[in-house]
Amino acid sequence: MSKRKFSVRHVPGAAPIAIVTFVALYAPVLILIANAFNAGPVIGRWEGFSGRWFVAAIGNDAFRNAALNSLIVAALAALISTSLATMAALAITRGRRLRGEGGIFVVLNQPLLVPEIVLAIALMIVLAQIKQATGYHGLGYLIVAHSTFCIPFAFMPIRARLEGMDLTLETAAMDLYAGRFYTFRRVTLPLLAPGILAGFMLAFVVSLDNVVVSSFVKSPGQETLPTYLMGELRRNLSSEIYAISALLLFASVTVVAASWLITRRKP
Amino acid sequence: MLSEASNGEALLRRAETRRRWSLAMPALIVIALFSILPLAVMVVYSFLTPGTYGNVVWQFSLDGWFSVVFERDLFDDTLGLADAHLSILGRSALLALATTGLTMLFGLPTAWFIATRPVATRAYWMFLITVPFWTNLLVRTIAIQEVIRADGTINRLLLGLGVIDAPIQMMFTNGAVLLGMTYVYLPLMVLPVYAAIEKFDFRLAEAAYDLHASRFYCLRRVIFPLIRPGIVAGSILVFIPALGAYVTPRLMGGGRAMMWGNLIDLQFGQGRNWPLGAALSVSLTLLVMIALVLSVRRFAGGGRSDV
Repeated sequence: MSKRKFSVRHVPGAAPIAIVTFVALYAPVLILIANAFNAGPVIGRWEGFSGRWFVAAIGNDAFRNAALNSLIVAALAALISTSLATMAALAITRGRRLRGEGGIFVVLNQPLLVPEIVLAIALMIVLAQIKQATGYHGLGYLIVAHSTFCIPFAFMPIRARLEGMDLTLETAAMDLYAGRFYTFRRVTLPLLAPGILAGFMLAFVVSLDNVVVSSFVKSPGQETLPTYLMGELRRNLSSEIYAISALLLFASVTVVAASWLITRRKP
Repeated sequence: MLSEASNGEALLRRAETRRRWSLAMPALIVIALFSILPLAVMVVYSFLTPGTYGNVVWQFSLDGWFSVVFERDLFDDTLGLADAHLSILGRSALLALATTGLTMLFGLPTAWFIATRPVATRAYWMFLITVPFWTNLLVRTIAIQEVIRADGTINRLLLGLGVIDAPIQMMFTNGAVLLGMTYVYLPLMVLPVYAAIEKFDFRLAEAAYDLHASRFYCLRRVIFPLIRPGIVAGSILVFIPALGAYVTPRLMGGGRAMMWGNLIDLQFGQGRNWPLGAALSVSLTLLVMIALVLSVRRFAGGGRSDV
């Protein structure tokens, strides 16, 4: 054990570069979080440890409104996109190869193939017409826009889960005279549940994090957390901005960690 | 009798096909309405005339496309190349390529390192890569900006140590944009490369060494060809968002190191030239799709390596 045997897995230099990469990946984020706990308002002038900027941010009405909007949009967009993606994934994977399957696949992934800024401005142009025609300026536009680009993200884990489930159990249920819906509810759905949950959470995080589409689609005065943060950045950087960033970071890390724990359980 | 049975079967199969299509339909309709249709509108707008205060006038014109590449001189009306645009487009392509290269430089060894850990700990290392991947791009850009900005961590550290007298200006340069994009897109390189290395059968490398291959030769002729699909996939995943990046160049590059996405935004905002903005959008989208199709084709060519 003391002397290393020659290993085909060992490549000189890989481990040091990997360690550098991990440090580089996490150090800036940790520095940002540390600065958010500064008691003073000026970043870099340390005046002691304090959570006051978190309290200040949460006490701020504009922040709370933005956070609420973000949660509403993310929850509804995740719900809608996951439902649509589940149906589409069932259509593609259950049964023999569907003619035109490749086409469905391309369309479902289309929002990922278009640069985000292009999708954002294109949506802004189209939705501005609808806003003018209907006079409605609510959160509906953000929900619809987010639901659209969340579909491919929700679709991925659901399809992966379905492809790992063969049709035997469903066929067995049908042979025992279970109806199509009963089979779906009592056999397919429970087996698929972790995939759906993972899809929902990824869609939720993707929506929660979105800046570009939100900033072009939102109506005047409407903010989500990322667009609020983007607006605040135009002013001077402050400990409060870092505290808001840390809160946003915390929200996505929580969801990602939860989804990781769920998907680690194998089908 | 027989034909009747097969007829019934055909009917059943057709009903099944219809049922499955109708199941896929809602998702397809939503994407058609809110992603494909807006893009089609963008194509139409690129052939219209700009309005005085933004928006478009419904009159056919090729000026939008024309001014992507050319500009008319204000004074003598001669034609010249639109240097301002072309330099931004060129910078976008170069920065996206450089980002892909840098993420490879750091991402490949990292993926290799993770894939050669004991099976039990691999998932935890991968978790460390996936967390940044799913966390807010804006926040991560703010984090890397904090490191290099004029009053940022590096400058404070160097000033404090007395190494420098005045802060080094690192922000709003091509280098800053490159650093920012490498930082935010790195996980996109590691994920597919890791998947490819993990599938690699190390007995092949052992066989190569048994046959007296040098470490470098084995890496180049045995390992690299087999993990190439992963590297190609990682490069696509990094290059495409980097080429159309908007948030990171805006924060790290400002007005001085603009990229394609920011130029598009400018035309729809202060520039008040929507047709030009639309033409820039359509050409960026086309370029991305061409890059995708080309690399997928190459990727499929290397598909036999799925041992």
